[in-house]
Amino acid sequence: MSEIRGIYTLWLREVKKFLREKPRLINAICQPLLWLFIFGTGMRFSSGMPGINYQEFIFPGLIVQAMLFTAMFMGVSVIWDREFGFLKEILVSPISRTSVFLGKMLGTSTDVMIQGIIIFPFAYLIGIPVHIFMVLEALPLMILITIGLVCIGLTFASLMKSFEGFGLIQTFINLPMFFLSGALFPLANVPTWLQWASYVNPLTYGVDALRTVMMGDTWVQLFPISLDIMVLLCFDIIMFVIGKTAFCRVE
Amino acid sequence: MKPIIETFNLKKQFGPYTAVNNISLTINKGEVFALLGPNGAGKTTFLSMLCTILRPTSGTALINGFDISRESAQVRRSIGIVFQDPSVDTDMTSRENLQMHANLYSVPVAEQEERIKQVLELVGLSGRADDFMYTYSGGMRRRLEIARGLLHYPRVLFLDEPTIGLDPRSREHIWDYIRNLRKREDMTIILTTHYMEEADRLCDRIAIIDQGTIVALDTPSVLKQEVGGDIITIRSDKSQVLSDLLIQDNIAGHVSYHNDEIKISVQDANFQLPGIVEYAVNAGIRIDHVTITKPDMNDVFIHYTGKELYHGETPERTGRIAMMKRRRAR
Repeated sequence: MSEIRGIYTLWLREVKKFLREKPRLINAICQPLLWLFIFGTGMRFSSGMPGINYQEFIFPGLIVQAMLFTAMFMGVSVIWDREFGFLKEILVSPISRTSVFLGKMLGTSTDVMIQGIIIFPFAYLIGIPVHIFMVLEALPLMILITIGLVCIGLTFASLMKSFEGFGLIQTFINLPMFFLSGALFPLANVPTWLQWASYVNPLTYGVDALRTVMMGDTWVQLFPISLDIMVLLCFDIIMFVIGKTAFCRVE
Repeated sequence: MKPIIETFNLKKQFGPYTAVNNISLTINKGEVFALLGPNGAGKTTFLSMLCTILRPTSGTALINGFDISRESAQVRRSIGIVFQDPSVDTDMTSRENLQMHANLYSVPVAEQEERIKQVLELVGLSGRADDFMYTYSGGMRRRLEIARGLLHYPRVLFLDEPTIGLDPRSREHIWDYIRNLRKREDMTIILTTHYMEEADRLCDRIAIIDQGTIVALDTPSVLKQEVGGDIITIRSDKSQVLSDLLIQDNIAGHVSYHNDEIKISVQDANFQLPGIVEYAVNAGIRIDHVTITKPDMNDVFIHYTGKELYHGETPERTGRIAMMKRRRAR
């Protein structure tokens, strides 16, 4: 019981901090709009993807991108907690390490989900029909994507000593995972090496699954959705174990 | 008197360096106990082991009857900690910081509001409960940390350098609050400090710690008595030579040489000073200046460790940088 209260407390703190930071929220809303309207419109009218509206195509990809970047940024906030000393206050409390990790993980995951959900209403602006059932189908998939990503962020935060290394995460985790997920271009026509590089990226399966539920018949699935879900589940479990192990080692 | 903390040959080694060397001591319920020592003496390491943050290399300790190695959760519930470095979440209000703490330490929800009110009152922050912590001054943050450490009714409160980096007025405030605590809450307080005055004025007993071992442990008055009835301080252009001679011929009391000054602790300076002056004259050494004082904690410290404690902030910083460099070098 006391562990659950501890987890709840840490969860609440993460969510409160996320919602209070106004610049971050403004950014969370505006950045996807730029992608959708400028990048999306530009690509729609210059590159031919017969039978597919490019903006509709990248919409699920942008949700995943926003979630990916938020997960990394918020996950790494553990480093701030350490820098400002608050991590010590949590770590010397009677709450177990596992619970501290769970609280942090669930809190950050909630932030990431909020960030993903914020983007849904924009679908109307570009004329994609968003159905309530579509959202209900998409949410569990988004949760599966979120947990694995947040655990990656927390793993790096546990291993990194200072915030300076965040640039490396941008370059070597965020961008490759984003570019190789099929979020921006279909993977059907690219060279084989790029295809394979994308297939080892768990986000590819996340984007594929989201498109399957959001685009309906216009989207030709890369994989059956059951396989997508299986891969995401494995991704979550593996990253959870790695993240928890790394976090429990923090001194 | 019942013991609340007992340590048994507590030891911590970092590689070849021994930070805390076989410390055994007993602290009684209701005491205000100081660990006094220079930076790097092992105070914080010793405290960290008691707080179950660091695992001892060997030996163990009991706090409130719980073993620090095997029953860390119970130990953590029994103690409150105020760290040397700030540890509040500045993006939250002080009430929120306290609520988080109360939940982490399972303070019953029904009691939380009342308890938060109490501790805020105790440290004089009642009016600022709903202000964000980044609007607080350093002294106010410290006070909130003390309030937070008290929130879950700890049996023992650890204060690691509670007044470091604070201006004299804030320091006086914190001292007042600590004195108040003694009266109002039934609790044992253990603080580390390198300010003599702090240990002298606040504490029942003082342990002087140097290079990982306890070199003296007693009440401030006994410690001062042991140093002697009077301190004779002599300055001369040949201080070092005179000091060596005094020790060699065993002329009077306990002689220590520091900062171009000789300090001699004697029973009664009125009788012993003439002999010392005569000895110096016979040895051909001219004495420039003599003062007679009653011993203070600084003299006690020099008496036991042969060195003076650092004052101010500069040595603290160089100490830390040096430590970081040492760590990197390894």
